[in-house]
Amino acid sequence: MAKTIKEINERIKKGKAVVVTAEEIIDLVKEKGIKRCAKDVDVVTTATFGPMCSSGVFINFGHTKPKIKVGGGKIYLNDVPAYGGLAAVDIYLGASALPDDDPRNKVYPGEFGYGGGHIIEELVAGKDIRLKASGYGTDCYPKKELKTKINIRDLDKAILYNPRSAYQNYNVAVNLSDRVIYTYMGVLQPRLGNANYCSSGQLSPLFNDPYYETIGIGTRIFLGGGIGYVAFSGTQHNPRVKRTKKGIPKEPAGTLALIGDLKKMSSKWLRGTSFTGYGATLTVGIGVPIPILNEKILRFTAIEDSQIYAPVIDYSKAYPLGKETVLKEVNYAQLRSGSIKIKGKEIPTSSLSSYAKAREIANILKGWIKKGKFLLTEPVTPLP
Amino acid sequence: MVRKKRVVLTFPHSLVDKPITYHLVKDYGLVFNILKARVTPQEEGRLVLEIEGKRENLNRGIKFLKDLGIRIEPLAQDIRWVEEKCTHCGACLAICPTQAFTIDPTTRKVSFDKKKCIVCELCIKACPYRAMEIRF
Repeated sequence: MAKTIKEINERIKKGKAVVVTAEEIIDLVKEKGIKRCAKDVDVVTTATFGPMCSSGVFINFGHTKPKIKVGGGKIYLNDVPAYGGLAAVDIYLGASALPDDDPRNKVYPGEFGYGGGHIIEELVAGKDIRLKASGYGTDCYPKKELKTKINIRDLDKAILYNPRSAYQNYNVAVNLSDRVIYTYMGVLQPRLGNANYCSSGQLSPLFNDPYYETIGIGTRIFLGGGIGYVAFSGTQHNPRVKRTKKGIPKEPAGTLALIGDLKKMSSKWLRGTSFTGYGATLTVGIGVPIPILNEKILRFTAIEDSQIYAPVIDYSKAYPLGKETVLKEVNYAQLRSGSIKIKGKEIPTSSLSSYAKAREIANILKGWIKKGKFLLTEPVTPLP
Repeated sequence: MVRKKRVVLTFPHSLVDKPITYHLVKDYGLVFNILKARVTPQEEGRLVLEIEGKRENLNRGIKFLKDLGIRIEPLAQDIRWVEEKCTHCGACLAICPTQAFTIDPTTRKVSFDKKKCIVCELCIKACPYRAMEIRF
């Protein structure tokens, strides 16, 4: 029996909605079957908590007296450069920005202990941030230099806007070379010393809605501990990839652009992150509800780790040269078991995305919906 | 009975230029492996050792060090897992050569077994949240 989002929302408002996580639905379907679950369950919550470099915040820090125009000038937050090529006091701070005097990889491998992602975490935590700006001075904006402290509570606006988040599937990174390499997939030991992966698998939003039938532009979500929305398809969104018989992408596929009010978020779910030898970034907590409108949608949410495959790629040569040959396809149950076998060798595996935190988010979102605090949305337009 | 111990030795600056570990071999028949060392003239010196030998010799050797005024602590005190910073992602798991990190299959949470740690520091570089700290 098909349901509508409107009907589900009515049940949420009455506190009667049946909500389970994308992990709980797996056993529930095994126990009760697709038909029964599609009828009984209203919402399945999905989540992820992983490093997402394409993250950042728009800030409007308010006008000074006299006024300054940062656009065309320069702007630094705790010595980390932000982008000021916008209106007078609108700026954008990206997660991977670094202080000008950070040695980067000059002393290899660089530490990248502090960057844009760390400032976003501190800002959200309510800490004061030093702001240093310069402008060229105009008749209407005469001030040329500004040194002050900003705090999130005083900002006119602080908006998290991520051009790309929640990648639907990702590579498993290995190193075939004879030296240690430092990548955005972590430290990779030589000669297949380890294999790193990054997805919450069966809990991951886009694995549970592989053809974007419910997640679309305008979808309301859990973002960084607050409320956010799917703004658009993310950069590099590519639905036309190889898929399993069940329709699950076997390589990186869909992505989401996300937006939300940073002032309502929490530093627990936005964490400054450092990859040795690679750079700074932000780890973002995301939770997406999937309305169980019909059996087909329910069937997708019952996907489990053993049915989701990821490509193993060499990050010493194939990836940097853009000639990614798939060494092997492995599933997330194998990855989570602690080791996989490549070229006859047993390799220990590590995840960069936290399954424990993803589970926590899926449960928080479930709680919000059950209490009637969070209503579902119809997509304004589907994703491509 | 042969025993093995991992210890952190802290030397006062007055002892930094004296040959000390040599006596562990010569006088007490102990085998040691230097896991880590920081010895700077005129300053405090620190040495991480794995010492192996007969129980009696080991105890006598350690007494010899203590009598000289060297502070001896079990090794694990110097590596710290800052749980508040840990996101339980598991990036430390595969990099650790002694499997000091484990992930609970039910809770999916990471735990750190200090006893297995050899202070190779690989986890420090591998942790994206800088949740592993070394006091050395």
